[in-house]
Amino acid sequence: MTRGVTIFIACTAVIAIAPFVADNYVVRLCTFLCMYAALALSWNVIGGYAGYPSFSTAGFFGLGAYAGALLQHAGMNLVLSWLAATVVVAVLAASIGCFILRMKGHYFAIGSLAIVEVLRLIASSWASLTGGGDGLNVPILQGGPDFAGRVFLFSMMAMMIACFAMTIAVDRTRLGFGLRCIKQNEDAADMVGIDVTSYKTAAFALSAMFCGTIGAIYASWVAYIDPSDAFSSLLSLKVPVMTLLGGPGTVLGPVVGAWVFVILEEMIWAQFLELNRAILGIVIVLLIFTLPGGLLGLRLPAWNWRTVVGLRNRVPEAQ
Amino acid sequence: MDVLQILVNGLMLGALYACIAVGFSLVWGVLNVINMLHGSFIVLGGYLAFFAWRDLGLHPLISLVGIAAMLFALGWVLQYGLINHIVARPVLTTLTLTFGLDMIVYNVMTLAFTATPRRIALDLGVLHASDVVVPVDRIIAMVLALVLTSLLFLLLRTSSLGRAIVAVRMDRDAASLMGIRVERIYAVTFGIGALMAGACGSLLAVVYPVTTMMADQFLGKAFVVCVIGGLGSVPGALAGGLALGLIESVSGHLVGPQHAMTIGFSLMILLLMTRPTGILGTQGYE
Amino acid sequence: MSTAVLEVDNLSRAFGGVQAVNGVTFALTPGEIVGLIGPNGAGKTTLVNLVTGVVSPSSGTVRFGGRDVTRQRPWQAARNGLARTFQVVQPFPEMTVLDNVAAGALFAGRAASRADAEAQARDHLSFVGLAYEAHRPAAALPLPGRKRLELAKSLAMKPKVLLLDEVNAGLNTGEVEQALTLMRAIADRGITILIIEHLMKVVLTLSQRILVLHRGKLVSEGEPKAVIQDPVVIEAYLGRKFAERQNKLANA
Repeated sequence: MTRGVTIFIACTAVIAIAPFVADNYVVRLCTFLCMYAALALSWNVIGGYAGYPSFSTAGFFGLGAYAGALLQHAGMNLVLSWLAATVVVAVLAASIGCFILRMKGHYFAIGSLAIVEVLRLIASSWASLTGGGDGLNVPILQGGPDFAGRVFLFSMMAMMIACFAMTIAVDRTRLGFGLRCIKQNEDAADMVGIDVTSYKTAAFALSAMFCGTIGAIYASWVAYIDPSDAFSSLLSLKVPVMTLLGGPGTVLGPVVGAWVFVILEEMIWAQFLELNRAILGIVIVLLIFTLPGGLLGLRLPAWNWRTVVGLRNRVPEAQ
Repeated sequence: MDVLQILVNGLMLGALYACIAVGFSLVWGVLNVINMLHGSFIVLGGYLAFFAWRDLGLHPLISLVGIAAMLFALGWVLQYGLINHIVARPVLTTLTLTFGLDMIVYNVMTLAFTATPRRIALDLGVLHASDVVVPVDRIIAMVLALVLTSLLFLLLRTSSLGRAIVAVRMDRDAASLMGIRVERIYAVTFGIGALMAGACGSLLAVVYPVTTMMADQFLGKAFVVCVIGGLGSVPGALAGGLALGLIESVSGHLVGPQHAMTIGFSLMILLLMTRPTGILGTQGYE
Repeated sequence: MSTAVLEVDNLSRAFGGVQAVNGVTFALTPGEIVGLIGPNGAGKTTLVNLVTGVVSPSSGTVRFGGRDVTRQRPWQAARNGLARTFQVVQPFPEMTVLDNVAAGALFAGRAASRADAEAQARDHLSFVGLAYEAHRPAAALPLPGRKRLELAKSLAMKPKVLLLDEVNAGLNTGEVEQALTLMRAIADRGITILIIEHLMKVVLTLSQRILVLHRGKLVSEGEPKAVIQDPVVIEAYLGRKFAERQNKLANA
């Protein structure tokens, strides 16, 4: 465990130096690295640990984005608006969770997708509040592009670190253990004394609220959001894929997956803009057929990932 | 607007929705796979019909057969080659795979056909009956949709292939013990799903402008119909389709057509929470 | 009756048109071993489901340790000290045997920490004889092993009352003998046991008292010797041949 944490801290430190040694392009990339790592880590709680295939990331991300944007419009201080947006999303997620977590498997997945759709449609139609399809402008941070770049890099980094810490906390405590039991066999988990409903709702809310904060930060960063941007189903697809790429149900998996994905995306398919989606699709197909356990699940004979990273949960492979 | 007109509109829409959804429902019910490609298959069918009409001069009714065959082949290959291998994996995996495949198909279509809306304008005039006005092309589309759906129903009920498909839906292992080649059945079923989607797409191209951006909407409608009507059964898809068509027609009249999707989805969420098996459906897999 | 640890009063449950459990009343005193027998479909598992909160009763009450727990959820029953095993074993398949039992200790057994739960789990695994399998995934165990895993998990939950639902189904004679020894050891710990069984040998050897369920109703109750002579029970379940054999054994 500590080896993985060390690696994480080392990489984070490298990212932290970026604004002082590299140009704005790199800073922007690093900000995305942190953002997606944080999103993947959040998703991991409900999708990786609890095993509920959620496609609702974009829903809570967008909700946080709009909440943060609107609060900023109302004059609230930047960081305060982010925190307030987090609370809003947490509360909403807990309420939605009460209903949607009654479903399982496919039904849950569709339900979570539907949440995103409905939220997007509401944002588009409630023009008086959200500006509808025209989108919402967010007050730009004063201080120039370099300063802003740094602020948002460190904000996203803080989120990534927070999500990482949250994941470790979940992994080591009763909550994580309970969620793993729920994933294996929900009825047996119930019989063994786990309050399944509360645990699932907690996982869902935890997962959602960090997405909310990240969305709020994102809104402030890009200074303009509209419904299709904030509630993008592509985001809802990419985030689980990143976690699957790295290794679901582990602490470092989402981070590894997110970083590899973002860098790949930047290098390869941002160059082929038109084939953007197709390449994502091909990556997904390859991922599913060649990396069933994600990158951290690879059993490379020469160097054993698990020893290097040391951060898998302790379940030995089934024969 | 006349109540009768709203009803008729709803039923015509509903027949199309039923046809859209029945292939999707079959695949979900039998394979336990949610086919995210379904919407794209529909659009593909529509585009192929359009280009057959515009560039080859083929009447949609004629090209329908060819398009159905092509899409069946496409579906069959995808299933046998790719999806069959991961059918037993958890929901997240199958959903993500079909999502990913959809990305590829969508992208290729957008590049090949561009997103310009295409519609086959047959100009067949309108029919007047009492106070109700119905465009003839819609009637034809609706009738054909119902014909296709009925053909599928007959196939499932009377042919040995159909019985095999139903057997696999009920119990995959037992079917396999009976000597049914389950992987082949899966491939055929997925092929049929694609066929229905493509055929329906051709019909839709006669009635509405088709563009790649509609793929998501069609998929969404298919979901809603399945949840309303239940999984894996043709009567279920029919009931669900007609119900959705009527609901959209009525709500479109009351609050405006732009909210139709929201209402559909909200209804679906409500049903998922209270009665996920739908009005008529057999209990799908989870 | 205030000393009864589990009291079931006029418990009923119907599913659609079928009355699965019909006005069942009984009580368990601490430390007893009670057998529950009856033909398939009599409602035995439904009764257990009702008591543990998996299914809610149409009418009637369940009292545990004097408190009304009719509306409890399964996890609450577990935490209160009511554990059960499943007819079709329900482990956490990909988790290790140790983790499976530790789960019982950690949640229902209210262990102080993961480490504590694991220590307790090791004890329980030794008790049932599975210590050497501790690090294998539960799905890798053969059936007798899985049954013992269920037992260990239930024990880790520190139950006051243990409901064993056909724990011996699928075991051969030797394995049943081992299971019997285990169950006696569990009873010696002071845990009240309600055992649902088809193997009359097990029921007769272990039980101090037998309840007979038929079509959802309690048709007989009492000491084993008396119950197996009861003509209602013979008619409904045991069969004449069994009764004759028992008579021969008794008179021999």
